[in-house]
Amino acid sequence: MKELKLMKGNEALAEAAIRAGVDAYFGYPITPQSEVLEYLSREAEARTGMVVLQAESEIASINMVYGAAGTGKKVFTSSSSPGMSLMQEGISYIACAELPCLLINVNRGGPGLGTIQPGQSDYFQSTKGGGHGDYRLLVLAPSTVQEMADFVEFGFDLAFKYRTPVLILTDGALGQMMEKVELKPQKERTFVPLDWATVGRTKDRNSNVITSLHLQPDQMEEVNRHLQRKYREIEKNEIMYEAINCDDADYIITAYGLVARICTKAADLAREKGIKVGVFRPITLWPFPYEALAKYGKNVKGILDVEMNAGQMIEDVKLALDGATKVEFHGRMGGIVPSPEEILEALEEKVVGGA
Amino acid sequence: MNEKTMLDDDHYENTLRDENVCSLENIVYESPKNAMYDTPMHYCPGCGHGVVHRLLAEVIEEMDLIGEIIGVAPVGCSVLAYNYLNMDMSQAAHGRASAVATGIKRVLPDKIVFSYQGDGDLAAIGTGETIHTCNRGENLLIIFINNGIYGMTGGQMAPTTLAGMKSTTSPFGRDVSTAGEPLKMTELVAQLPGTAYVTRQSVHKPANVRKTKKAIQKAFEYQKAGKGGTCFIEVVSNCPSNWKMTPLQSNSWMEENMFPYYPLGDIKTPNEKEG
Repeated sequence: MKELKLMKGNEALAEAAIRAGVDAYFGYPITPQSEVLEYLSREAEARTGMVVLQAESEIASINMVYGAAGTGKKVFTSSSSPGMSLMQEGISYIACAELPCLLINVNRGGPGLGTIQPGQSDYFQSTKGGGHGDYRLLVLAPSTVQEMADFVEFGFDLAFKYRTPVLILTDGALGQMMEKVELKPQKERTFVPLDWATVGRTKDRNSNVITSLHLQPDQMEEVNRHLQRKYREIEKNEIMYEAINCDDADYIITAYGLVARICTKAADLAREKGIKVGVFRPITLWPFPYEALAKYGKNVKGILDVEMNAGQMIEDVKLALDGATKVEFHGRMGGIVPSPEEILEALEEKVVGGA
Repeated sequence: MNEKTMLDDDHYENTLRDENVCSLENIVYESPKNAMYDTPMHYCPGCGHGVVHRLLAEVIEEMDLIGEIIGVAPVGCSVLAYNYLNMDMSQAAHGRASAVATGIKRVLPDKIVFSYQGDGDLAAIGTGETIHTCNRGENLLIIFINNGIYGMTGGQMAPTTLAGMKSTTSPFGRDVSTAGEPLKMTELVAQLPGTAYVTRQSVHKPANVRKTKKAIQKAFEYQKAGKGGTCFIEVVSNCPSNWKMTPLQSNSWMEENMFPYYPLGDIKTPNEKEG
């Protein structure tokens, strides 16, 4: 029996976390993601005993996540762009200490305090490291409210599979808009003791330590090598993308998240005019689907990359194509969501006309 | 300006002599076998950290808490505390130990959690986390080692550096007109209804060591009993290396200069709170 509801993206995500049997949430209010904290504060503890704590800052939130994730419990936090910037030190520690947890960035336009309107300008921060040191986040980019909900449990599965932080990178529009969402049944909160976790030392072992400090250079290098081996493994196994009408396409639009849906509409408009356009949507922004995009993109006449920023994912698109196909860019900033018509116009001007 | 002379040997005549310390009948303890690793510490000779580590381990062994305890080490000289304490521990980012401890305690409320922090960690970069952890009354123990200086980074001015006290970043002595008066975090958190037990101790003499041990024991007992809030133990300590003194000199200097500003004793106990 399907359980369908009309929900805001932020609330669907929060509801999905409760139903996935998540143990704890630590967060701080910031527009446009405060509904996650509000919804959980209202619903979570009474229903599953999940811990919900409003911290004094995003810095405190991410460090509470660090502590709680070290026990092997399922914990997460959410924020929006400026708050994510504040968390970066903690995220770097979490990545190095190899703690599984889920992070949500409901991206708003920046830089600075920016705007509370949607943006995709945190692509670099999310996919290229963000904080200090050589680390990666496994980044999932939902394009529907349904995926906002589905990626919660999926994200936790990946986080625990690889002992790595997973980020859901969404935006203020997806967070705020309401759509139909199918909810999964409630799962029990279960606690599986993990052999590395800090839960109190049992007599049969020495202490478990969660740390990212390795003062000896050879040890630090080995930790880095270990992380890099893990990242290669993730690249091998976890790439996800959606190729919409790319098989017969003469042109491809690359876009992620909500923008990919708008681009799908633009591609439909183009096909009505007889221009065969496909949309390639990376679902994992890291690892990026370089090979898949190369496969579809090397045979088309041109590619338009569309983002709500000044051009960030386009660098990965160009890396994927390696010069084989011309890549043009159309971006809006400051919280402006591009329309299908303007995307079609950009495609015709920059790619079709210029090809 | 209250300029203090830190290398004046005349002040240190009545302190313990080597011959008093190094005789068999003066051995007052054996190392805890279960809660500590048998390994040399990196701490400088005379530093208080080793003593506090040992006291923690002793209390944890005596109260049979090994299976329940989770500690949090800070950034600072005691960043490697987990190399000495054989108990589950998490290393925290600079200043965030009490937030990390909060995260642990909230998901494992039946466990016993402590953070171990220095003055730079707790009273400068982590002031916000310290105050809010105490204000929420998190049922955990914060151990605050106050030696009035940044030890690990080489002797810079701390929020708790005394007025007139020299450091590498206050080479002419702390000027309170620009750096402010030294921050009394312990009195500050004692004001918060969230704290249950707030005390200031030292480990520079056997009697004080015993008092500090008692304080740690009480704090764990309160935590176990859920006695109404955060426990906060400040240990006024020394830093012979960065104070540029011998251990004995540093202890005397601490008595003469630190204790008048940071007086020892209980500031708040659970009974007072109930009364």
